[in-house]
Amino acid sequence: MSQFPTEMRVPATLASLQTLLEFVTSCAERRGVGQARIREIELVMEELLVNIFNYAYPERPGDVEVACRLDNTGGLVVEIADEGIPFNTLNQKDPDREAGIDERTVGGLGIFFVKRLIRDIRYRREGGRDILTLTVDPAPAPP
Amino acid sequence: MEIATKKEDSAVVVSVTGRIDAVTAPEFEKELLALMAGGDYTLVLNLTSLEYISSAGLRSILSAAKQLKAKDGKMLFAGLQGPVKDVFKISGFGSLFKIFETEEEALRQI
Repeated sequence: MSQFPTEMRVPATLASLQTLLEFVTSCAERRGVGQARIREIELVMEELLVNIFNYAYPERPGDVEVACRLDNTGGLVVEIADEGIPFNTLNQKDPDREAGIDERTVGGLGIFFVKRLIRDIRYRREGGRDILTLTVDPAPAPP
Repeated sequence: MEIATKKEDSAVVVSVTGRIDAVTAPEFEKELLALMAGGDYTLVLNLTSLEYISSAGLRSILSAAKQLKAKDGKMLFAGLQGPVKDVFKISGFGSLFKIFETEEEALRQI
């Protein structure tokens, strides 16, 4: 598997979203992940990346790095790293999904999707970087 | 993302093709707000050709729906497919809005 590991470093701005999604999609395709699951992975990546674009660098521009590698069972692992302020996005509270239109907010919904679609995701702060590690199950999330 | 609108007797039908993501959501929201500014308060969103929506898209929908409600207007949905249907379900938006299989069915309910 000489195609892995592979990584990409780009400015942490919305303009980088498409490039990064294409990068991760291509990693997943090379691991034989099906189209339905790739759509889910894309959603997960968008939610996590947009959070970083919006909040990681409040006072200066910075980069985000996405890496794809294989774990010892051949499963796809995606790592997202930034050098911004320390923030564990996984600690966000789940949104109230029962509230009516007036009371409803969308805060936390993106991360709720992430947790629903990726079983194994971890956060760590290391060497001045926030690192999210996602172990990507090749099958779509159960309903 | 492409947006097409057409006026029916009882509603404006907004058909969205492609993706509503963090990049395209602002344009989508702007379009909905422009319709409201023009006095259209009953919207049927035909999402038959929508391939993808993220929380940014849901945020736009919710923001428009809040403003519509304040005007006694409403937003109905039709034709949700695979991944978009899943996102509506996971988010609870499926129970927040009236969702129909087809545009015709939605229009009949108004």
